[in-house]
Amino acid sequence: MTLLRITSPHTQGAQRTANVMRTVILATLPGLGVITYFFGWGTFINVIWCSICAVAFESLVLGLRHQPVGFFLKDYSALVTAVLLGLSLPPLAPWWVSLVAIGFAIVVAKHLYGGMGYNPFNPAMVGFALVLVSFPLEMTTNWATPSPLLQDPLTFTQTLSTIFGTPSVAVDAYTMATPLDVYKHEISHNTAVVVTAKPVFGNFVALGWEWVNAAFLLSGVFLIWKRIFTWHTPVSMLVALTVMSIVFGWDADRYTPPLLHLYAGATMLGAFFIATDPVTSAVSNRGKLFYGAGIGILVYIIRTWGSYPDAIAFSVLLMNFAAPFIDFYTQPRAYGHAKAGRSESEG
Amino acid sequence: MSEYLLILVSTILVNNFVLVQFLGLCPFMGVSNKLETAMGMSLATTFVLTLSSLCSYLAFTWLLQPLGLEYLQTITFILVIAVVVQFTEMVVKKTSPLLYRVLGIFLPLITTNCAVLGVALLNIKKQNGFIESILYGFGAAVGFSLVLILFSAMRERIAVADVPTPFKGAAIGMITAGLMSLAFLGFSGLVNI
Repeated sequence: MTLLRITSPHTQGAQRTANVMRTVILATLPGLGVITYFFGWGTFINVIWCSICAVAFESLVLGLRHQPVGFFLKDYSALVTAVLLGLSLPPLAPWWVSLVAIGFAIVVAKHLYGGMGYNPFNPAMVGFALVLVSFPLEMTTNWATPSPLLQDPLTFTQTLSTIFGTPSVAVDAYTMATPLDVYKHEISHNTAVVVTAKPVFGNFVALGWEWVNAAFLLSGVFLIWKRIFTWHTPVSMLVALTVMSIVFGWDADRYTPPLLHLYAGATMLGAFFIATDPVTSAVSNRGKLFYGAGIGILVYIIRTWGSYPDAIAFSVLLMNFAAPFIDFYTQPRAYGHAKAGRSESEG
Repeated sequence: MSEYLLILVSTILVNNFVLVQFLGLCPFMGVSNKLETAMGMSLATTFVLTLSSLCSYLAFTWLLQPLGLEYLQTITFILVIAVVVQFTEMVVKKTSPLLYRVLGIFLPLITTNCAVLGVALLNIKKQNGFIESILYGFGAAVGFSLVLILFSAMRERIAVADVPTPFKGAAIGMITAGLMSLAFLGFSGLVNI
């Protein structure tokens, strides 16, 4: 190996896979910190538990596929999947929900398609959608109550025993519906003023959630500045979601208002960390604009008229499904050619 | 007017014939290897499905019901569909040889598409009227075309992926279809028909 001849340029590749993945994981830490501050230790434990399971499943499948385990574990892609999944799951979800989700994500959504770089669907969101449709009760009733609303929040060991095994306290006292869920169900028989006076909405938009989303927004801007991904997908997704919620939801007495769409639920996590996955999104910049806008529009449609309160996972999966088709019609013009081969519109 | 829109949303997305009701899976797996052929198949299916749901509605309402022969509906619809497919093939061959060459082999294949018979039978079961039947057939066809075209673009990408040997080909196609079906569950609750 020492006599390997390397042609110029002799600069170091700045963006290796492991670097990118490590930066993404580090960028989720502020958000994780804010979640832990507002919603207790549940999400933190979920992230750790998902990471342990992800490494175990990844090693197992790599072993079965006769591939070098150490080499592929070092690219941190399994850990990114685990962290994103852990952040999306309800904080007090039982351990086996996380186990099923991460197992399905790593084994089916990632390795059956050939591992990193080949998976057509975002693995974390496949795992999330699977447990959401399979265990609807566990996935909707285990959202933690924001700590400011509790007399004495769950301690670390109490949270641990709630997730892994028999809870030492009644879990019902520590969970409540998410703001998006509350607004959607209350607004049909109340006015906006009455609904937003509920403690779950806090002083600004949605207690706790607004700071979580702000943290992910800041980390996302940091990642764009570090050139981990381009601005096209998140901006077009957020613009589409805002436009949809202004056009249809201008009447806050009937529909969820725009600010709640942007700052409650998993909007910013989805826009900056999930939709921007380079493997499963569209490739060209123009394609990314269509891809992001599609996610924004679908999020609004499913949140407003569908039966699920949050819709990031389904929208991302549906647009993952459409991404190859978008690529097909948004191939950039090759230099020296008038028009890209299959493109219909102007290149 | 809004009820017609609901029929379209319901058949295209919420109760998609391929991914939610699991009808028409044979052409879905069979002609989704290339995008161009998938588009040809989609065009032909849309035309036939709309026309056959119209014809089977007419045959049921004006022929079977007055004669009290409702129990013959399945065999009648199969006959109607075969006639519509044959008729389409002949007309297309006479009027547009180019389109005939593009669609050529797919036209006879549509006779075996179970979504076509499914739509005709469901129209009767749901007691859809004249316009509703046509829209139901058209929506079913658009939903079929949508997922077939998207699926074929995705399969072209999966074809070059490093899929483990036991899962190559149709197996990974089935798994992909399953994951797509999972994604389509997100539309549940949009429309209750």
